[in-house]
Amino acid sequence: MTIKGKAYIVGAYEHPTRKAVDKSLAQLHAEVAKGALDDAGLTKDDVDGYFCAGDAPGLGGLSMIDYMGLKLRHIDTTETGGSSYVIHVAHAAQAIAEGKCKVALITLAGKPRSSGEATGTKPRNYGTDSPDVAFELPFAPTIVNNYAMCARRHMYEFGTTSEQLAWIKVAASHHAQHNPNAMLRKVVTVEEVVNSPMIADPLHRLDCCVISDGGGALVVVAPEVAAELNRPKVRIIGAGEAPKHQMGGRVNLTYSAGAFSGPAAFEEAGVKPSDIKYASIYDSFTVTVLIQLEDLGFCAKGDGGKFVADGNLISGVGKLPFNTDGGGLCNNHPGNRGGMTKVIEAVRQLRGEAHPAVQVANCDLAVAHGTGGSLGTRHAAGTLILERV
Amino acid sequence: MTEQRTIPAPHIEEETRPFWEGVREGKLLVKYCRSCEAPHYYPRSICPHCGSDDTFFKESDGRGHIYSFSVFHAAPIPYAIAYVTLADTDISMMTNIVNCDFDSLAIGQEVKVFFAETEGDGPPMPMFEPA
Repeated sequence: MTIKGKAYIVGAYEHPTRKAVDKSLAQLHAEVAKGALDDAGLTKDDVDGYFCAGDAPGLGGLSMIDYMGLKLRHIDTTETGGSSYVIHVAHAAQAIAEGKCKVALITLAGKPRSSGEATGTKPRNYGTDSPDVAFELPFAPTIVNNYAMCARRHMYEFGTTSEQLAWIKVAASHHAQHNPNAMLRKVVTVEEVVNSPMIADPLHRLDCCVISDGGGALVVVAPEVAAELNRPKVRIIGAGEAPKHQMGGRVNLTYSAGAFSGPAAFEEAGVKPSDIKYASIYDSFTVTVLIQLEDLGFCAKGDGGKFVADGNLISGVGKLPFNTDGGGLCNNHPGNRGGMTKVIEAVRQLRGEAHPAVQVANCDLAVAHGTGGSLGTRHAAGTLILERV
Repeated sequence: MTEQRTIPAPHIEEETRPFWEGVREGKLLVKYCRSCEAPHYYPRSICPHCGSDDTFFKESDGRGHIYSFSVFHAAPIPYAIAYVTLADTDISMMTNIVNCDFDSLAIGQEVKVFFAETEGDGPPMPMFEPA
């Protein structure tokens, strides 16, 4: 069954906080839920499907469902790290298409900044039951050195340069200057990026995303519900999801699961990358964007460096405006999970509600794409094609 | 050599005990499948390529080349993480490159296994050094 046209995003809310010392994690989830429902013109009593991932407190979604007082027909706690919320939108559309629910609420929240978490630079232990841990953790893999290995291999195979990667950060910073909530609003140059301290070579500090508290929520509804609401309508017309891993030792770091999720989403939507007016691309690191753009088909594999250079991702300047909120590189990265904010900014663009300085003219077709986990080991990608009605 | 990072001991399950007994004896064991004949890494009881449960360990000569690497300059004690592709199996494993000048590391560089001590009574971890 296709989800094309079967569901609409009618509510989107990004928490303005970037450091939430005095708020509980449950409170943040509830605040973004309320924000998205208010945005849609719905209430919590309208919600009959709830979606959350591993950032939600308690067992699966149960504690948040209890906290918010939801009565539901459908629950989905798919956990794929930062891409979870992109995939939740697709799953919500599937559930709605099958009649399992009519109003789906998706929430994300996290407090890594106020808890002093060394998100990218400390080895992450997923627990000794995780079969890979014994064979990886002693080598001190972190998020940043994992992605750094992807960047180095890309440079080796395709001649990609640090200066080309830097253009991704430069573009994000051009957008973030217009976002009053963004953590990093200063416009930076290629030179500033490549001269920033080396963290895990070849990735510099300014190749890395910010660490922030916060969260976001989305409301996805059936067409008959959308028809009753006054907000601009964003229709889901294509979705893809896929995992990629080490393939039993046949490691290839030059591409991601986006090579599978992207084409699936475009095929379902019946559109091409060249039709896309705006792209939200998960930017945990600059190299994450470069590899995703290639995998989604915006350029050929290996041509990402040339594609992103010279401001091609800057709204009003280049051919493919991306992450016009400043993205994870400059705006925020709530809960170390960037998929939610990718969908939210795509919704803003399609509604014509992005900041006027970065709003894409006649933005009627957008992609929101994320990967979760680590490109260097195992991850899952989600791709959404969204259209303004 | 520069100061070395303390290496945490790996968690050992019965499923992978032969691998850890191997490294204690200075052997790098790779899991193979009798059904599809392909090697895989990390070792599993069921082949991730074909799904057969007829798998066995076989010693690798521990020689290979660097597939990719990154030196973590921002760590308290900088270290090099890498994927090394074993020459005799063509599979790649996550590892560290040690006993080397970090600035001279390169993709494609030939390396050989080096068994690095871990904390407590843990088995050594298979790292690599320039060949």
